Amino acid sequence: MNTAALQQTRLLRMAGIVKTFPGVKALRGVTVELSKGEILALLGENGAGKSTLIKILAGAFLPDAGDIFIDGKQLKLQGPADSRNAGIAVIHQEFSLVAGLNAIENIFLAKPIQTYSVIHLHQEYIRAKELLDKLGADFDPRTPCRLLSVAQMQLVEIAKALSEKASILVLDEPTAALTPRETSRLFILLDQLKKSGMGIIYVSHRLDEVFQIADRMQVLRDGADVVITNVNSATQSQIIKWMVGRDIEQSGVSKKEVPGNVVLRAKGLGNGVKVRDVSLEIREGEILGLTGLVGSGRTEVARILAGADIAEKGEITMEGRKLNLRSVGEAIGEGIFLLTEDRKNQGLFLRRPVHENFSIASLFRFACFGIINKAREIKAFLSHRDSMGIKVSSPFVRAGNLSGGNQQKVLLARWLERKGKVFLLDEPTRGVDVGAKEEIYILLRKLAANGNAILLISSELPEVLALSDRILVMHDGQIKGEIKDVGNATQELIMELAIQ
Amino acid sequence: MNSLLGGKISGWLAGRGMLLVLLLLAVFLGFATLADQNPNDAEAGIGLAKTLDGSKTVLIVVRPSEEDSIFAQAIENQIVGQNGRVVEIIKGAPSDARACLERLQKDGVKLDAIVCNHFTASWSIFENMATKFSGLGDVRIVEPASYRWPNFFKRDNLVNIVNQIAVIAILAVGMTFVILTGGIDLSVGAMIAFSAVLVARLIRDYGGGVDAHAPALIGCSIATVGICALMGMFSGAMVACFSIPPFITTLAMMLIAGGMAYLISDGQSIDRVPESFMWLGRGSTLMRIPIAVVLTAIIYLIAHLAMTRTVFGRYVYAVGGNREAARLSGVSVLGVLVLVYTLSGALAGLGGVVMASQLKSGAPTYGHMYELYVIAAVVVGGTSLAGGEGKITGTLIGALILAVIQNGMNLLGFDSNTQKCILGGVLLLAILLDGSRLKLIK
Repeated sequence: MNTAALQQTRLLRMAGIVKTFPGVKALRGVTVELSKGEILALLGENGAGKSTLIKILAGAFLPDAGDIFIDGKQLKLQGPADSRNAGIAVIHQEFSLVAGLNAIENIFLAKPIQTYSVIHLHQEYIRAKELLDKLGADFDPRTPCRLLSVAQMQLVEIAKALSEKASILVLDEPTAALTPRETSRLFILLDQLKKSGMGIIYVSHRLDEVFQIADRMQVLRDGADVVITNVNSATQSQIIKWMVGRDIEQSGVSKKEVPGNVVLRAKGLGNGVKVRDVSLEIREGEILGLTGLVGSGRTEVARILAGADIAEKGEITMEGRKLNLRSVGEAIGEGIFLLTEDRKNQGLFLRRPVHENFSIASLFRFACFGIINKAREIKAFLSHRDSMGIKVSSPFVRAGNLSGGNQQKVLLARWLERKGKVFLLDEPTRGVDVGAKEEIYILLRKLAANGNAILLISSELPEVLALSDRILVMHDGQIKGEIKDVGNATQELIMELAIQ
Repeated sequence: MNSLLGGKISGWLAGRGMLLVLLLLAVFLGFATLADQNPNDAEAGIGLAKTLDGSKTVLIVVRPSEEDSIFAQAIENQIVGQNGRVVEIIKGAPSDARACLERLQKDGVKLDAIVCNHFTASWSIFENMATKFSGLGDVRIVEPASYRWPNFFKRDNLVNIVNQIAVIAILAVGMTFVILTGGIDLSVGAMIAFSAVLVARLIRDYGGGVDAHAPALIGCSIATVGICALMGMFSGAMVACFSIPPFITTLAMMLIAGGMAYLISDGQSIDRVPESFMWLGRGSTLMRIPIAVVLTAIIYLIAHLAMTRTVFGRYVYAVGGNREAARLSGVSVLGVLVLVYTLSGALAGLGGVVMASQLKSGAPTYGHMYELYVIAAVVVGGTSLAGGEGKITGTLIGALILAVIQNGMNLLGFDSNTQKCILGGVLLLAILLDGSRLKLIK
């Protein structure tokens, strides 16, 4: 069959899908069509309805109205099992792997290779290794999943979908945690899968990726279709406009020219194989970009500086004083704050109200003899809410109900209220939609302009280039290079240093 | 649409479901224990005497009990106050009444009325008075009016419910803190025995035995609570510093405390304590509310304020909700964990002292299996065993539900083995009605 013939075969059709949650109409009659051998990019800000749509396809939600057809046959999805049996594989942002089982066991969890309930371990091993090699995985499939990195776990998820011979593959933000190298490998793989006749729905915030890989794109806004178009007939700024419904200046943030004195200096930090002889200094009013591939040791360096991990070697000085950090509390006392990359597991108290999430690090400010003055606490939160544009109806909403961008702003507000000197920001815009991203950029610039020292860890090279005054590139636990002249640096230059 | 409705219902029930269960139980028991009430106290006596304003000479007949004496005394005072005369108060059996009536008839006394309570009025001696004792004149037999009211809702019963659950309720406060941090404390039952035995032994050996004075009693009680707090602190330190699962740590502490209770007491009950020691467990305040109930109420008030208004409360919820996030926010997770287990130990110690006071002795068999009732009260009260979610007010309601179920079954006359089976079933039902589980059904 040639490509044209493949395009003719309509694999999936979701027609007039409606879904309502308490107080929110998440989807108001969305129609999605996917052909064999096609990659459809699904775009939209957080809260636009993409996740809901995916969850309906995965059988996790039942739609209030609308029909789903596969190969022209109507499908009644009652649960996740129906969806899987229909050949739909959905890889969510939050992985569904069993942490204690190894990669092989996870890949074949739903459909083991078996005879009379006895599992063929060796066959499973060979098949799993085959799949993982195809994805370019460099780890032993017998490794328990809890020991794998985020990127490696994602490869296991993809391998799992492949093993189940899915005809429709849905990927929600698949590259959020992948290195550029792994990303390009994934793209090659997705291209192969597409050519073999698979239909792929690709959800991403990264527009450049969409242009690179997708055939068609569909933009959702407020639960409705805005536009469906071929990739070639749209520009990036046009798409952003469709997504947010307004014009925004792209990365129009100015940089500060003259950084001040050195605030935090680390010398010869070492911790196992993850961090090896790392030295760096961050100046007043400076944004220091720290980039490199995922797993290159960036996060580990930040955790040492924040007192979350204790280094085996090296020393840290703060404004000339030697620090001996034993706990996060001590680092916070010095005015060194860490914004973690894993917002949900390490940053937020998802079931607690927003105002408590905001004030947890500076409760003493609002308390007298241990008794909290709630009125003052709420007032402080509201002032941050207004100045940062946090979209939340009341301070008593659970943090888990906020969108990614607003959650990140609440975490930033937590540290802004505490008032420090050094901000260690690990992937501050991960999973944040375009509009909120821009607001966070402006906020970081303002923070630096006020004399704070900022360490910006990010995998998104355009972001690092746009924001940083100086860039350090890490590889394999070491700093491989420093870029001082950021204005003339390119993504290629950084990648060269990062891969080496 | 289903999940929408489910979300709303479960959201509403999450806060109020258990309160609803408690109210439904109360309403049910109200109907089930409806009975004729025959008042027999001072108040009823005064009321009855007032209806006899015109009667000059009155005879009072009651049974020889303390309760009846109070009743009779109140009537006499009231009648004398109304310028009447009480010929005699008979406290005894029907034969005493017959002898007295015959004597009065012989002496030619004329009676206006014979005042009885519900029990004495039904004696057959008072039937056909006009023919049997015509010499006494036209005698009226009067008794207080009876009315219908549920036994469950009698004041004494309601106070009793709270009094009976006081020990478990006090322990449940500490358990709520521990469970909120995602832990569990299995040692509290054994800690009751340890504490009760320890306080009794301290009073016997160092406080002055049966002649001990108040300062000695207070000192011994405080020392006991302090030692229990230290044991709790030890559990907390093992959990926090060495990451030993709370289940194992407190299981070990349960064995240690239980064993020590036997060692301290030589396996005997220690009862050489003064009468005044019972003030804490059985004494009452001015309004006839037991001291133990007042103590429980104060502890709940403080705990509620601590959880909702203080830094401590915030930190407990933070550590239970997301331990890593709490650590990275600068919360001293270690300190919070040690503190909650210390508080649980201290409150278990206090519970033991109250129990020793109620029973006027300390024995190593006290508090057997109490940890399970305490955990049940906390969980029925809506606190999640996973930590991070729950309220002190919920625990209070949970403890009251347990107490009401037990009390209700006592009133309805179930034997203790049947009671256990029913209690288990009701627990499961109560948990099913909890809001957070309703979501799972959907």
